[in-house]
Amino acid sequence: MENFEPMIVAFCCHYCAYTAADMAGSMRLRYPPNVKIIRVPCLGKVDAIHIMKSLEKGADGVYVAGCLEGDCHFKNGNVRAAHRVDYLKKLLDEIGIGGERVEMFAMSAGMGERFAQTATDFTEKIRKLGPNPAKVARHEDQRAAG
Amino acid sequence: MITAERKPMEELIQCVKPYRSILLAGCNECVTVCAAGGRKEVGVLASALKMHFLKQGKPLEIQEVTLERQCDPEYVEQLVSNIDQVEAVLSMACGCGVQEIARRFHNKPVFPAVNTKFMGASERQGVWAERCQGCGDCVLGFTGGICPVARCSKQLFNGPCGGSTNGKCEVDPNVDCAWQLIWDRLKALGLTERYEDNLPAKDWRPGGGSGPRRIIREDLAL
Repeated sequence: MENFEPMIVAFCCHYCAYTAADMAGSMRLRYPPNVKIIRVPCLGKVDAIHIMKSLEKGADGVYVAGCLEGDCHFKNGNVRAAHRVDYLKKLLDEIGIGGERVEMFAMSAGMGERFAQTATDFTEKIRKLGPNPAKVARHEDQRAAG
Repeated sequence: MITAERKPMEELIQCVKPYRSILLAGCNECVTVCAAGGRKEVGVLASALKMHFLKQGKPLEIQEVTLERQCDPEYVEQLVSNIDQVEAVLSMACGCGVQEIARRFHNKPVFPAVNTKFMGASERQGVWAERCQGCGDCVLGFTGGICPVARCSKQLFNGPCGGSTNGKCEVDPNVDCAWQLIWDRLKALGLTERYEDNLPAKDWRPGGGSGPRRIIREDLAL
């Protein structure tokens, strides 16, 4: 599909990743507008259902970005998120959507460049993977019906 | 609680393939505690199945309902409002719940979404271990609160076998030797003389040895 613009959802924890995103903004760094940021108090808040629903409703890729190992403001929310992402990767492989569409990244609040780079790299990766297979089929369904 | 684990996705997909609409029924009791079939798990499984079948080009309509329990007819009755709109039911409850739904709605195909495992307790978040096998004649008072039926691989009733090594079981080195645990507990309680009281050979009839069991409370059953 030409001109495919991936829709990316990024759950970012308030203390690290969201602040890094803010830093990227202050530094006037560019990253693709495809990335829609959702601020959460801690990555531990992000549950399997949030990621699944993002994909079900049309996101082509979802990533969660949080604090570096040991730095979580709420002790181990980032560890919980990492385990959940691993579980979901397996589940997504089993249903044919593909575990590569979900990823976890760690960064500190000052890493504006890392935030921008991660957003760029992940968007590119999803662009190469192509649109979410569930989304494509739904659109074709609607086109056939309409 | 009764513990269970979700069946592999491949099996669930094959199970619901023939249908265009299903009811995915969760249970708010045991399977919620062991994170196998509660409201959250219903949500994730429904999303997963929807996406899979969307990809196949055969959209599957899923109604999500989580009952308080599926093992009581009063709760299962609540499905009456949804059941006619679907072709089949996929239940995330333990075997008891699946059977209750099948009994009540006997003209609707009902499928289990989880494999029911054992009666157990939480060791820590995310880890559940077998504690009770429903033998019907509880001896926990004699063994310091450690069950020799559920926790001893050989279900020995009067002390460890020769394979008990460093507190671990010879059948599975990840399993604690139940009789080591019993001894440690009796020692802590100052009741070591109880260790030498022999427990007689067990009558397994109350434990399911003579067929499906039933309890009737005369004061409650009208």
